[in-house]
Amino acid sequence: MSGFRTLLYKEILRFWKVLVQTVGAPVLTALLYLLIFSHVLEDHVQVYPGVHYTAFLMPGLIMMSILQNAFANASSSLIQSKITGNIVFVLLPPLSYLEFFLAYLIAALVRGFTVGLGVLLVGLWFADIEMRHPLWILAFALASGAVFACMGILAGIWANQYDNLAAVQNFIIMPLTFLSGVFFSIHSLSPFWQSVSHLNPVFYMIDGFRYGFFGQGDVDPWLGLAVVTPFVLLLSLLTLAMLKSGYKLRH
Amino acid sequence: MTTAVRLRGVEKHFPRVHALRGVDLDIEPGEFFALLGPNGAGKTTLISILAGLTRATAGSVQIMGFDVIREYRQARRALGVVPQELVYDPFFTVRETLRLQSGYFGIRHNDAWIDELLANLGLADKADTYTRRLSGGMKRRVLVAQALVHRPPVIVLDEPTAGVDVELRQSLWSFIRRLNRQGHTVVLTTHYLEEAEALCERVAMLKEGRIVALDRTENLLRAGAERRLALELDPPELPVSLQHRLVAREGARFILDLPDYGDLEAILAGLRAAGIGIRDMSLTQADLEEVFLKIMRGGTA
Repeated sequence: MSGFRTLLYKEILRFWKVLVQTVGAPVLTALLYLLIFSHVLEDHVQVYPGVHYTAFLMPGLIMMSILQNAFANASSSLIQSKITGNIVFVLLPPLSYLEFFLAYLIAALVRGFTVGLGVLLVGLWFADIEMRHPLWILAFALASGAVFACMGILAGIWANQYDNLAAVQNFIIMPLTFLSGVFFSIHSLSPFWQSVSHLNPVFYMIDGFRYGFFGQGDVDPWLGLAVVTPFVLLLSLLTLAMLKSGYKLRH
Repeated sequence: MTTAVRLRGVEKHFPRVHALRGVDLDIEPGEFFALLGPNGAGKTTLISILAGLTRATAGSVQIMGFDVIREYRQARRALGVVPQELVYDPFFTVRETLRLQSGYFGIRHNDAWIDELLANLGLADKADTYTRRLSGGMKRRVLVAQALVHRPPVIVLDEPTAGVDVELRQSLWSFIRRLNRQGHTVVLTTHYLEEAEALCERVAMLKEGRIVALDRTENLLRAGAERRLALELDPPELPVSLQHRLVAREGARFILDLPDYGDLEAILAGLRAAGIGIRDMSLTQADLEEVFLKIMRGGTA
């Protein structure tokens, strides 16, 4: 297990050494969304009774940061190692594919949670945020982060160059996270777009996460968990199978 | 004793290339072994299969008796690979790189050995420098150190001296030679055939995915190319009895075929009997490069 520990440590150290880019920048981005949207909408929108729009926005922004950064950490680390060739340093040692998977998964979660925590701390300065059900918060953060971490590993292994990865990020990750109710409640949408949103798994991630803060959401958190958990299992198995096969790593 | 490296019927098909066509090879513990061949002969593919970076299409590979697929943990612990490409991780210093590499192999608190490696490779004053800031030759040394952090009994070097200056080449080889004397098995590929000739006890030559020559270096040299005797004669003529040995003539200089040292006596006697004096004499010995070229052109050693 000590090989796994070292790989995990290395993956965390990698983003920790460039904290300004890997944590500072996404926290600043979230802060900008917070400032702009709350300035425009604070006095006009109240999604849940008794909850200010700025407070409503916070969980969505935190979850979006966790998801995007979990994806970014795993995918960018892998593509960089592949392109520079230093991936051999972790392919030559006696690490199993399971150790490999867990190290990249957990490091991605650590990065996502670090950014999420940063956004939360900054947000506390702008809004009163209550956390009614910390266990729901934790459960959705973990499950959702894991889904995006797996997607990051898959994309990082599949991509041959940075362009491929940028395409996934811009055409899949961004729309999925933006159109999932980060900035609004889907009840404000027309019935058609409401039902479309129900097909987006990220909607359940953010809604369940938000439920943990306010004790209210668009759907029941158990339903959300029932939707998200199969994704965690499916993507984990898919990632493990890909790593076991040696796809694009061991030709 | 367990064979250090054992390949049996190793085949490798890539989508468009048949890279290895049934390679059988045994490398014994403690050997200094060279794997030679032109670009595209399959050397790097073979090394990648040893290292588990590539999977053989057919056949089996063992390192110190451990199958590289089924017993990959033991096999990889027994193997240290210096890759051909100058790769490095830009995020870490030399010492961090070596500590991480030790950790991947399950070795903690490895600093005493790391310091020894750094000293032996002339990297002691670069320990806290980021690897990305080092020159190409220095990066190469870090790769060698990385391959050795877990003290593997088998060391594979894939063209370690490509683009490396003379000084480093010398110091690198003296270090590797010392490791070999201490019992490490060393396998290397190189384009510098004089290096292989000077260092390696045994040589395998690969051509189009097959081993076309495999022997001790001195046997290859002896059998591989003709020995020649160059004579400058006074008067410049060759007795009839020796005409059948003539290969070439330039003025007073005669090049004779000398398949066996024993023939030297007869040649000298023939000249003496004809009253012809010798102004200059030299013996040309085949080097590995000639042998290599001859084999690659289609002959066999």
